Amino acid sequence: MLKNITMGQYYPVDSPVHRMDPRMKLVLTIIFIVTVFLSHSFVGYLLLLAFLVLACRVSNVPFRLLLKGLRPLRLIIIITFLLNLFFTSGEDVWVSVWVIRITREGFLQALFYSLRLVFLVAGTSLLTLTTSPVALSDGIEMLLSPLKVIHFPAHELAMMMTIALRFIPTLLEETDKIMKAQMARGADFESGNILARAKAMIPLLVPLFVSAFRRAGDLAMAMESRCYHGGEGRTRLRVLKTTRNDWLALLTVLCLLGLIILEGIFLKGVLF
Amino acid sequence: MSIEVRHLIHTYSEGSALSVRALNDVSLTIEDGEFLGIIGHTGSGKSTLVQHLNGLLKPTSGQILVDGEDLNGEHVNRRALRQRIGLVFQYPEYQLFEETVAKDIAFGPKNQGLSKEEIDERVRYAMDCVHLDPATYSERSPFELSGGQMRRVAIAGVLAMRPSVLILDEPTAGLDPRGRDRILSMLEELHSREKTTIVMVSHSMDDMARLATRLIVVADGQILASGTPREIFSREDMMVSAGLGVPEASRLCSALRSRGLDLPPDLYRPEELRDHLLRLWHASSPKGKEGSVC
Repeated sequence: MLKNITMGQYYPVDSPVHRMDPRMKLVLTIIFIVTVFLSHSFVGYLLLLAFLVLACRVSNVPFRLLLKGLRPLRLIIIITFLLNLFFTSGEDVWVSVWVIRITREGFLQALFYSLRLVFLVAGTSLLTLTTSPVALSDGIEMLLSPLKVIHFPAHELAMMMTIALRFIPTLLEETDKIMKAQMARGADFESGNILARAKAMIPLLVPLFVSAFRRAGDLAMAMESRCYHGGEGRTRLRVLKTTRNDWLALLTVLCLLGLIILEGIFLKGVLF
Repeated sequence: MSIEVRHLIHTYSEGSALSVRALNDVSLTIEDGEFLGIIGHTGSGKSTLVQHLNGLLKPTSGQILVDGEDLNGEHVNRRALRQRIGLVFQYPEYQLFEETVAKDIAFGPKNQGLSKEEIDERVRYAMDCVHLDPATYSERSPFELSGGQMRRVAIAGVLAMRPSVLILDEPTAGLDPRGRDRILSMLEELHSREKTTIVMVSHSMDDMARLATRLIVVADGQILASGTPREIFSREDMMVSAGLGVPEASRLCSALRSRGLDLPPDLYRPEELRDHLLRLWHASSPKGKEGSVC
């Protein structure tokens, strides 16, 4: 029953985007986020949409997977839409019932801000869909490593992320096993009110925690016995390299940024 | 209580790219009062098979009949049924969670909705079965016991429900010889004294030689052979090709036979091999001082 949970949303296919340097993908995602915020009109949004469709094509990821990332945020997007719809002042009134006033300006602004969220989520989903969690934490480590001069633990942070990700499937398997073992002793995880259900979780959580701590201790011991002592002087199995594709992608995103800035200068306020 | 498995097929993650057929058309009957051994190498489907016997896994197709009634039928109370068919998982010590040994063992009976007196009585009975002294261990935390003791507490947790069928998945895995011997003699007692039907999964042929009244060999999700231990262990070729082997005594017996000793081909218990060897020795040596050694 727990096997259906897949970790992250990495979509394992081969594509130029999948092969890109994770550092570059992280940087590009940040530039993309900035670009989304700089965009001031629906013309800019058309450009962003065109870019996302192109990136999707190149990365062999089905477009519906990008939109699937929106589901956990649907409530926030809806609330953003409604707040802007009802509380924006404007002249061109469409509907006016009691205290509710819907104006053309309100509607456009509501659409604009909720679409901004959609673009942010879809763009960052593209990063996590095309980059495996391990590559991602490698990239974060490398990007944060300049901060080591101010004693920021970049390597330790990345190592913690990698280990945590590594143990998620293991712990899920363990949960499944303990759950079955307690069910064999007549435990009931499904019926009863909230309090009864919370109490029913104790026979599951205690053994799970005990085993998680045991595993953590074992792992620490195993790492130390193989002389692990942090990131200093450590070489890596996968050396990150930037290729021509990476620079090409950077150029594309920078072009997008430039176009959006131009759009901001010449089209500002056209739709508002 | 008898359990009948009919044409059981189980496929993990059916319909996805990762689907694996773990069991392929398995049929067997577990008779009341027998000690059934299920043997097979890692990944042969043994554990999947036993998890079907009390309804923790649902068959992809096929049926499991308990006293003639379909276990996965609509009107069956599976929770109540699981308490009559006790299942001890692999490494059961990792399921302990209570503050004291007694409370942990009481978890099963408590879920059965028994009275407090009845629960206390069950806990004492179960601790007695696994040879843990209630006075010493009842109030201790299960987490401060040794591995072998923890496993006995976990087995007691299932025995406290007084199941009429007890299924154990590799109960001796990872234990030292003494811990292993304790568990095995406990099972022997349960089977002979309480007449509990026992199904044990193991890949220790010596454990099986000591306890089982009937054996089933599972390989690649199918039943390769079934019969008494004597029949199964005399087919050494088949056992080796299934990646299993035979008990130490059988191996020694066939090695001695190939050296020309006149032994029956189907010995598999250390005691019977000893008796046959002694008989041969007495017959070949003049009666007198050597004979008195034994």
